Amino acid sequence: MAALITHSPILIIAIPLAAAFLTIPIGMASRKARNALVIGSLTFVVFLVFALARDISINGIHLYTLGATSPDLTIPTGFMVPVRIILEVDGMSIFMGIIWSIVSLAAATYSLSHISSETGQTRFYTLLLLMVTGGFGMMFTGDLFNFFVFIEIASISGAALISFRTRFADTQEGGFKYIVVSAIASLMILFAIGLLYAQYNLLNIGALAQAIQYTTLDKIALALLLIALAMKTGMVPLHLWFPDSYSVAPASITGMLVITSHACMYAAFRICFTLYGGVINAPVVGWIIIIFGLLTMFVGVTMAVFQKDVMRFMSYHAVSQLGYMWVGVGVGLAVLGNTELLSTYGRDAMSGGIFHILNHAMYKPLLFFTGGALFHYTGTRDLTKMGGLAHKMKWTTILYIIGTLSISGIPPLNGFSSKILIYESVYQFHPILTITGIIVSILTLASFTKAFHSAFMGAELPEYKEVKEVPKSMIIGMVILAAGIVFVTLFPSLVVDWAIHPAADALIDQGAYINAVTGAIP
Amino acid sequence: MEHIPLNFPFLAAALLVGIALYIIIFKKNLVKLIMGIALLASGVNLFLVALGYRAGGIAPIYTDAPEGPMVMSVPQALTLTSIVINVAVLALMLTMVIHIYRHTGSLDSEKSRKMKG
Repeated sequence: MAALITHSPILIIAIPLAAAFLTIPIGMASRKARNALVIGSLTFVVFLVFALARDISINGIHLYTLGATSPDLTIPTGFMVPVRIILEVDGMSIFMGIIWSIVSLAAATYSLSHISSETGQTRFYTLLLLMVTGGFGMMFTGDLFNFFVFIEIASISGAALISFRTRFADTQEGGFKYIVVSAIASLMILFAIGLLYAQYNLLNIGALAQAIQYTTLDKIALALLLIALAMKTGMVPLHLWFPDSYSVAPASITGMLVITSHACMYAAFRICFTLYGGVINAPVVGWIIIIFGLLTMFVGVTMAVFQKDVMRFMSYHAVSQLGYMWVGVGVGLAVLGNTELLSTYGRDAMSGGIFHILNHAMYKPLLFFTGGALFHYTGTRDLTKMGGLAHKMKWTTILYIIGTLSISGIPPLNGFSSKILIYESVYQFHPILTITGIIVSILTLASFTKAFHSAFMGAELPEYKEVKEVPKSMIIGMVILAAGIVFVTLFPSLVVDWAIHPAADALIDQGAYINAVTGAIP
Repeated sequence: MEHIPLNFPFLAAALLVGIALYIIIFKKNLVKLIMGIALLASGVNLFLVALGYRAGGIAPIYTDAPEGPMVMSVPQALTLTSIVINVAVLALMLTMVIHIYRHTGSLDSEKSRKMKG
C-alpha cells in the first residue's frame, strides 16, 4: 500500500495510458470486456487519486522523479539543478485531479449507451482514455516542457473526439476550430518555454521560480503563456471558437472538455502564483485578469440568452461561469504582495474562485449530459422544437433542475456557497465586481428557466410520443455528478476546510513548492 | 559558420513566425491555414535549435567524441518531441479538412462556416 501511494502520481497517468492501448486488442475480442476495462481502470484511478489526496493532506507535497533511483531524489548526484522530469503534486494539483477523475468516470459511464449506436466505439474509448492521461499530466507535472506535451495529448485526443461523429458537417468544423486554436496556443507556450530556457537553462517550474529575474524576455514569456492559456479556456475576447467546438461534441466529451478548460486555467494560476510568484507585478496582472474575467462573465451570459441550440446555450454559460473563477483568483493575485489584505479577503476570494471550479465541474457536465440526453431521443438540439419532455424523461428532468438551481446560485445549492464566498470577499476589493456577479447570476437563472420551460414543460408533443427515459448507464453517469452536487451542498464547510483552503494555500505558498524541489541544495 | 552572425537563426525564426501569423490571420483557404500552422511550428522549432548552439561546443555524441566542451542536448530533445507532436496535429487537421470538403464541397473558411451566433 505504501509503495502504491509512493508511485501513485505516475500510476494515475500511466494506467489510463496503458488502458487506452489495451482497449484496441480487447475491443476486438469482446465489447463487454472492453467496457469493463474502461470503467475498471477509471474507477481504480479514482481510488488512487483519493489515496494520494489523503497522503498529501498528511505529509504535504508529493514528489515523484521519473527515472531516479529514489522517487524523491529530485537533483541527481553531481548536478546542481533538477534535470529529470519531476511530477509535483500539491494541494491545488490534487484538487484538480479529484475533479478530473470523477468527471472522467462519469463521462465514460455516460458514453456506454450514449454512443452505443456509433461505429468505431473502441477508438472512441482509446481517445477518451488518452484525454484522461493528458489531463492528469497537465495537473500533476512540475516541468514546463512536460506540460506542453500533455496539453498536446489532451488537445489532439479532444479534437478527434469532437469530430468523432463524422456524419455531421458541424462536428468536423468544430473539431477543426478546436485543433487550430490548440495548435496555435501550444506553439505559443513552446515559444515561451524556449524564452525561459534560453535565459536560465531550466525547465523545472520550482527551480525556474527560484532563478527567475522578471527581465523583459520573462515578461514576454508571461504574456505569451497567459494569452495562450486564456485562449484555451475561452476567455473573452478569445471565446469565439468555444461554443462552436463544445456544442457539437458528444455530450460526454463536452463535459470532459470543460474540465480541460479548467486544467488550462489551473496552469495559468500555477504560472502566475508559483512560477512568477516572487517577482510578478501582482496588482497589474491581477487587474488585467479581473477586467477580462468580468468581460467574460458578462459577454458569455448575454450571448447565451439568445441561443436556441441547447448545447450552444450551455456552452456560452460555461464561458460566463469561467469568468467567476478568473475574478475570484484574480483578486487574490492583485493583493498577493500585501499580507494584511491577503488574509482579510484575498485568500477568501481565491478560495471562492477555486471552490467555483469544483462546483462548475459538477453541474456544468451534468447540464451538458442532460442536453445530450435530450438530443439522444429527440434528435435535435433546437429548443424551440422540443416540448413536454418532462412527461417521459422524469430522471433527466429532475437532474436538469438540480443543475439549473446550482448554476444560478440558488441557496442552499453548491453554486450558492461558492458564489457567496466570491461576492463577500471581492466586494471589499471593489464593489462593482460583486454587482456584476449578481447581475450575471440573475441572467443565468432567467435563461435557464426559459430553456427549462421550452424543453420540458407543456403538453406532450405528438412527434415525441415514442420518447422514453434514457438508458441506465446515462442516468448513472448523471447521478454520479448529481451526488457530488448534493454532497457539496450538504457539507460545504467540510469541503472548504479539507480541499479548498489547502488548494488556495498551495497557490499562495510559493516557497513550499520551490523548496520541495530544490531543498537538497545546501 | 564563422562568417554567419550568431543571431541570424533567430532572425530567420522571427521571420517564419511573422509569415505564419500573417497566413493564419488573413488567408481564407483551410489548407493554407494548415500550412501557416506548419510554418509557425517550423519557426518555433528553429528557435529552439538555435538556442542549443554554442560557439565552439561539440555535438553531444559520446562515441569517438573529440576533446572540448559538449553542448547540452535538451533543446534538441525538445525539438524532436515538438516535431513528432506537430506531425500528429497536422495529420489530424488534414483529415478534418477532407471531411469538411466532403460535407460542404468547399475549402473556403467563409463558405463552410455554418455555425453562427
